[in-house]
Amino acid sequence: MSSETKQILTTDGIPLEVSLKKAERKNKIKAFLLVAPLLFFLIITYVFPIGDMLFRSVDDKMVTQMLPKTFKAMENWDGQELPDEEVFAAFHEDFIKLVEDKREGKLSTQLNYTKNGFKSIIKKLRRASKKFEEGNYKEQIMSVHKRWADVEYWRAIQRRAPEFTGQKYLKGMDMYVNEEGKIVSVEEDRRIHRVLWLRTLEIAFFVTVFCFLMAYPIAHLLATLPMKYSNLLMICVLLPFWTSLLVRTASWMILLQQQGIVNDFFVGIGLVADDNRPEMMYNKTGSYVAMTQILLPFMVLPLYSVMKTISPSLMRAGKSLGGTPFVAFWKVYFPLTIPGIGAGCLLVFILAIGYYITPALVGGASGTLISNQIAFHMKSTLDWSFASAMGLMLLSGVLVIYWLYNKIVGIDNIKLG
Amino acid sequence: MALPKYTEPHYRIWHYVYLTICGAVFFFLIAPLFVIFPLSFNAEEFLSFSEGMKRLDPDAFSLRWYKDMIYGTKNPWGLAAKNSFVIAIFATIGSVILGTVAALGLSSRHMPYKGLIMAVLISPMIVPLIISGVAIFFFMAKAGLAATHTGIVLAHIILGTPFVVITVTATLSGFDHSVTRAAASLGSDPVNTFMKITLPLILPGVISGGLFAFVTSFDEVVVVLFLAGLENTTIPIQMWTGLREQLSPTILAVATCLIILSTLILVTAELLRRRSERLRGINQ
Repeated sequence: MSSETKQILTTDGIPLEVSLKKAERKNKIKAFLLVAPLLFFLIITYVFPIGDMLFRSVDDKMVTQMLPKTFKAMENWDGQELPDEEVFAAFHEDFIKLVEDKREGKLSTQLNYTKNGFKSIIKKLRRASKKFEEGNYKEQIMSVHKRWADVEYWRAIQRRAPEFTGQKYLKGMDMYVNEEGKIVSVEEDRRIHRVLWLRTLEIAFFVTVFCFLMAYPIAHLLATLPMKYSNLLMICVLLPFWTSLLVRTASWMILLQQQGIVNDFFVGIGLVADDNRPEMMYNKTGSYVAMTQILLPFMVLPLYSVMKTISPSLMRAGKSLGGTPFVAFWKVYFPLTIPGIGAGCLLVFILAIGYYITPALVGGASGTLISNQIAFHMKSTLDWSFASAMGLMLLSGVLVIYWLYNKIVGIDNIKLG
Repeated sequence: MALPKYTEPHYRIWHYVYLTICGAVFFFLIAPLFVIFPLSFNAEEFLSFSEGMKRLDPDAFSLRWYKDMIYGTKNPWGLAAKNSFVIAIFATIGSVILGTVAALGLSSRHMPYKGLIMAVLISPMIVPLIISGVAIFFFMAKAGLAATHTGIVLAHIILGTPFVVITVTATLSGFDHSVTRAAASLGSDPVNTFMKITLPLILPGVISGGLFAFVTSFDEVVVVLFLAGLENTTIPIQMWTGLREQLSPTILAVATCLIILSTLILVTAELLRRRSERLRGINQ
């Protein structure tokens, strides 16, 4: 506004522009205050804990704090030959303290992660250290076990000196830092995690494809049938959607077991011999079948809501212009359903990639996914930092897909049937 | 979907193939649920149809697994059902209140950083449950709320609010804001306007969001597995344990009850959705 033009004033004598801005700000604050309780609740209970996972996954202070003097003494060690007496003495001092606090077991677990073989030699050292005489610790420790005289083991200890480490992430991809400090893959037969990642992607991908192939025709039927019939058929989609996941998994366990109904049927029609019933559960087949059926509604609903908006006259127009029904479908109808396809596929893929319960129950050993591995480390091995690292690797994958989803469909457009 | 008379034969055949495919998919979707019903009345301890059941012999059917579910001495279903309902009800109340209020703010056109905040609010729905489970467990363990009802209720509020936010925002998108301005011009204060004008109009959306939150909490097992102690056991946890160890017909009795419950919820949700669409004038 140029200075010559007369400013419009409100009745209070305040310029209108200022007054409007003030009102706008007030409204903004009001709107924000409404969102604030939920936002802060989620930030504290959910967003920060995910950040905490990030911290845990790289945190490696435990060993650093257990062997402070050792690592101090190791600063001058070049790692070529066995360390000097100074390092051994410092290690002895730290170790005695750990034994006093009864924490040497934790140290052995931690060091064993870095290099196998620490468990037994730490046990031996604890027993022997009671009879140690003062001075010349290098000789005394080395005489406990020949591995204590192996420079490899001392290098392994030195590698645990930093407070932060990315080794859990490397472990998640079956890699580690070797003695020379290079990142290398573990031996072929021990690459369990890569197999799991690939299997997770494979199962999520094929489940998405199967869901799409099955959902497209029925979504089309639901969208084109008269309301009277489509509402009735919609129940077939919505009832499984609302039914407990465990109930649906249970029904698949009954159906797919060796003496189950599906096998009975196959035997009945002579497809397989009675004494040669195929194993359909506790393997990949079980995961595929059950996950496809469970995730199918998530594909049908977005497809249906898009197809519902496509006018049938478009197809008629296509046909009247000389296209066969197939051409009309392929050139007119199909392109219009692409937003629904994108939404459905990404939704199903995101859900499938993080699936846990169903694969754990019907997947057996060959049908489990990365989520099962995370749960295993959370509950059984208690290696929480590794579970966190794998969780975050999975999460970053999901966020990329989520971002794509947002680009293609927009998160505001999520429909829940 | 009757075909016009002039349809050529090969399209006619294709049409019937298409209908058959659809029929097969619907069967695949719904049939597994119906296997559970008859087997839950099995008089024997097997999870397959006995010869007697195939002949429809009345002696082959019984209510013993339902009795076992209710009166069984070692059965934890009573405690589990009580816990499940208590947790789900409180989680629903929490989700509905927090979610509805947030949706009101989000629907305001003055809301700053709408996209970013929306992304945070619905993230618990997108992040895989196993990761949510790990994160929430870390928080609850630090806050001393692991293995408590409070902890599980809070966890389920986290997982349930996105559904409320989404359904209520959707309802509010068709909301005529001039009615609230009319109320304000007639001297009503914002709280009064909300209770008397806005809430009754968006109630179908709020309730259907609440139903989503209820079902989410009632079915949730991944996060509860991390959080629950022995006293916090819920129906899904018991089913999970049962399915992993020994698939007993009692589980099928429970499953049947759950299917009936979900049917009731489905009917309610559908009625509400139609009412909401009618109110918003979307219905054709």
